[in-house]
Amino acid sequence: MVLGKGASSSLSMKMADGAEDMVNNNNFTVLVVDDDPLIRKLHDMHLKNFGLRAQVVENGKKAVDLCHVGANFNLILMDREMPVMNGAEATKELRAMGVNSLIVGVTSCGSPNEKQAFMEAGLDYCFEKPLTPDKITFLLQELNKNN
Amino acid sequence: MERNPMGRQLAIMRQSLFDQGYLDEQFIQLEELQDDANPNFVEEVVTLYYRDSARLILNIEQALERKPFDFNKLDDYMHQFKGSSSSIGAKKVKAESTLFREYCKSGNGEGCTRTFQQLKKEYATLRKKLEAYFQMARQAGPMETACRPK
Repeated sequence: MVLGKGASSSLSMKMADGAEDMVNNNNFTVLVVDDDPLIRKLHDMHLKNFGLRAQVVENGKKAVDLCHVGANFNLILMDREMPVMNGAEATKELRAMGVNSLIVGVTSCGSPNEKQAFMEAGLDYCFEKPLTPDKITFLLQELNKNN
Repeated sequence: MERNPMGRQLAIMRQSLFDQGYLDEQFIQLEELQDDANPNFVEEVVTLYYRDSARLILNIEQALERKPFDFNKLDDYMHQFKGSSSSIGAKKVKAESTLFREYCKSGNGEGCTRTFQQLKKEYATLRKKLEAYFQMARQAGPMETACRPK
């Protein structure tokens, strides 16, 4: 199938439901921004299972720098609390730079106010950590809509 | 699968971790990510969790030694710790984290101290249980490591 290099047959049998749009997914690029190596590993793995390539960075500044030098992502998964530059600041900067990727906040339950402030920084959606296949399926649907 | 008695023991051990409330559905999410290409994924993630969270535990311990308590800082540390704990499905640990944060928000120092002791117990207990589980899984053979109940 169109799973990319190194795909084994067991991987294709394990594909999550709703991943029939697999063919399109190979062209989506994802950036995972989180200071927790556990979350980075988890999200990277989740995304791999959907045939998505992810780059991972550990704070908002690195995300901004990447986009600054021209990297382009369809989807950015943004943690809220990170050192150096947090998710809200990074989102604001990215939007100010003209980045119109789907930016999705992924946070551990903050207060409704904090979530609101994060959304207002320019997020398209805000989910609770960690990502699950359902949420990824939803995001892929959104990506497919816009492309 | 029944021809493998170790496999059955493993399944029983696994089920009891859920039944006794040590793990929740998030752990199942990890298991679902494990496959032939990544046969030790769950164990890797759990190892990573214990390695990284050790630092947070230490930070909290040190912060609890400074009087008066800086509740904001304590809450921040616990917020991070809770996030990681949720990610591996550590149900009891997560519950204690939530309680700790509530005590932070209400400025209850004694509650924080007490809850933290309980949290450390649960954290250590879970570690032992998971170590035993992974050891059994290795003995039972690769086909038994990932059970995917639906």
